[in-house]
Amino acid sequence: MAHHQNVGTSRYLFEDLKTLLARASPFRSGDALAGVAAKDAVERVAAQRALADVPLRAFLAEAVVPYESDDVTRLLLDGHDGRAFAPVGHMTVGEFRDWLLSDEADSARLSGLARGLTPEMVAAVSKLMRLQDLVLVAAKCEVVTRFRNTLGLRGHMSTRLQPNHPTDDLQGVAAAVLDGLFLGAGDAVIGINPVTESVERFVELTSLLDRVRRHLDIPTQACVLGHVTTALAAMKRGAPVDLVFQSIGGTEGTNRSFGVTLSMLAEAREAALALRRGTIGDHVMYFETGQGSALSADAHSGVDQQTLEARAYGVARTFSPLLVNTVVGFIGPEYLADGKQITRAGLEDHFCGKLLGLPMGCDVCYTVHADADQDDVDALLTLLGVAGCNYIMGVPGSDDVMLNYQSTSFHDALYVRKVLGKRPAPEFESWLERIGLVDAAGQLQQVELPAAFRPLLGSV
Amino acid sequence: MTLLKDSWAALRRYTPARVGLGRTGVSLPTIQHLALQESLALARDAVQAEFEPDAISAELRAFGFETLTCESAAADRATYLRRPDLGRRLSPSSRAALESRRGPPLDLALVVADGLSATASRRHAAALLGALRDLLPAANWRLGPVVLVRQGRVAVGDEVGALLGANAVAVLIGERPGLSAADSLGAYVTWAPAVGRRDAERNCISNIRAEGLSSADAARTLAALLQAARAHQRTGVLLSAALAAGTPGGVATLTSGR
Repeated sequence: MAHHQNVGTSRYLFEDLKTLLARASPFRSGDALAGVAAKDAVERVAAQRALADVPLRAFLAEAVVPYESDDVTRLLLDGHDGRAFAPVGHMTVGEFRDWLLSDEADSARLSGLARGLTPEMVAAVSKLMRLQDLVLVAAKCEVVTRFRNTLGLRGHMSTRLQPNHPTDDLQGVAAAVLDGLFLGAGDAVIGINPVTESVERFVELTSLLDRVRRHLDIPTQACVLGHVTTALAAMKRGAPVDLVFQSIGGTEGTNRSFGVTLSMLAEAREAALALRRGTIGDHVMYFETGQGSALSADAHSGVDQQTLEARAYGVARTFSPLLVNTVVGFIGPEYLADGKQITRAGLEDHFCGKLLGLPMGCDVCYTVHADADQDDVDALLTLLGVAGCNYIMGVPGSDDVMLNYQSTSFHDALYVRKVLGKRPAPEFESWLERIGLVDAAGQLQQVELPAAFRPLLGSV
Repeated sequence: MTLLKDSWAALRRYTPARVGLGRTGVSLPTIQHLALQESLALARDAVQAEFEPDAISAELRAFGFETLTCESAAADRATYLRRPDLGRRLSPSSRAALESRRGPPLDLALVVADGLSATASRRHAAALLGALRDLLPAANWRLGPVVLVRQGRVAVGDEVGALLGANAVAVLIGERPGLSAADSLGAYVTWAPAVGRRDAERNCISNIRAEGLSSADAARTLAALLQAARAHQRTGVLLSAALAAGTPGGVATLTSGR
């Protein structure tokens, strides 16, 4: 359906919903590269005004990627919960923004609404929001998940300990794991990106992380972020897999470019569930996403990158993940050019994921060819802390020596917890205290290498 | 104030990662903070470094190569960084210059581009090509001029190779600087170059630098890769599959994703 809007003496026409969403999207380089961005600021605000008048119901009637040709669209529309949608079913996008910001939209109501919202609805409303709106609404959402500990509780903020090594050297990985634990990191997951897709190395790394976890009796979970097919092969060989990882996107074609289908994800989830390794919960999936992946895969169908990112969360939701994170600045300046674009994208992604009921984390990061630096990381990290982000990455000294990009460090996580009064996952915090790394008030202690840690480096 | 030294600095023996940094309160000590800023500054400056085609040309001519300097359709560095599509195509004047150079078919077109680190192509490209020339017998390998492309991406080689009528193209290009290396060169080989080739149709050799793969070793790997590409009349995942039993060391197909 076409949409019209007058601004001053100009009349703007947006031929369909996907064009309207794209033109209404705050500027970012990826939409310009795809040729879907508004041509100027006035066209953008005209699109935003037209979008504000679109009924939420319209997103159930008009798919931005055709239902017939895209299994993600079918998944999203076939799985829509009409009863959960009912409380907001009469609203326009603009009215929905007003309602979200109102005191009536409290944590319980937002949680009840999640399954009634489609990714396109939450993407649409995010385009009418400033950063403070994205923070305020997300901060009202609480999404709690469990495997060996409890993640996402209000007042808590967790970290993925990311001990990557340029050659997957086991001692090198172990050294980074110990360094992170020493600084209180790793309650969301100890998760390593392997250099190769070899099943043998996947099994070795998985076994290493499992040995460290069991030896120190850490209430957390481990993950080797290989391809889902590698994880499946490793599980068939008896590898101790806690969480299954996969990068996913918001269209069937994007997922194909990642070498993955919805049925493969379902198969991997079933295999991980069958291992029954979670002690207090059965959330066994870990997904990563990021704006721009669909354009990078030439599978964007003329839809803007932020709407497609929200659709990736719709995919994630189907598999009840323990963790989802948007790797917001990794993809490069052709998609998100600078600190300003990365900051907004990170907050949009966190907001959209939380509203859809997902345990959102964020890899606050950048590459050296983007116009961003450590100050931009600090700003987005702090904003996400205020917004109630479930977890962030912890990379030794911010410098990932395998993936060659800059993310948040163990120290950064301590900073944001300190200034915002956040705590690690409760079970993990008890462990830190038990082993003497923090005191009863949660303050890090100056300790020598605990005796229990010593044998690990020699035994890997 | 007590600066908390990390009693675990010994961990650094096991990994190049920035472990054992210590802390003041929960924050990075000044010395570590500035060390990170210095690494970042070196990498960021490497991205912005100017391509030096004249200096590279002089070295190449000393090895007996002809050279030709071109530019991509990206007019400047800022455009180059945000518009990868423009960096993959030649400017109209460069296209015309190459068309006028077209002669009999070539076995291999050679391209040197700045990519994301002009420092890398300045330091390693000429030495690598000099070594490669010795490994490819002139009787079997008709080489064209080395085409030096400013603001070029890997795929610009497709257009260069097609315009020169080459069976294959090798593109030497600066890789994205990281904090541990700002001068790493990549070498990409594409069989039957033509505009629109996909990354899965190429093979690459990466991390060519003094502390990584040396220019001489890279030249040997590249020569082996070129021989294999010619023998199988293909590159990319199809060549990798054909070579599954004995892939040359360090050769990979392109994969995307984090």
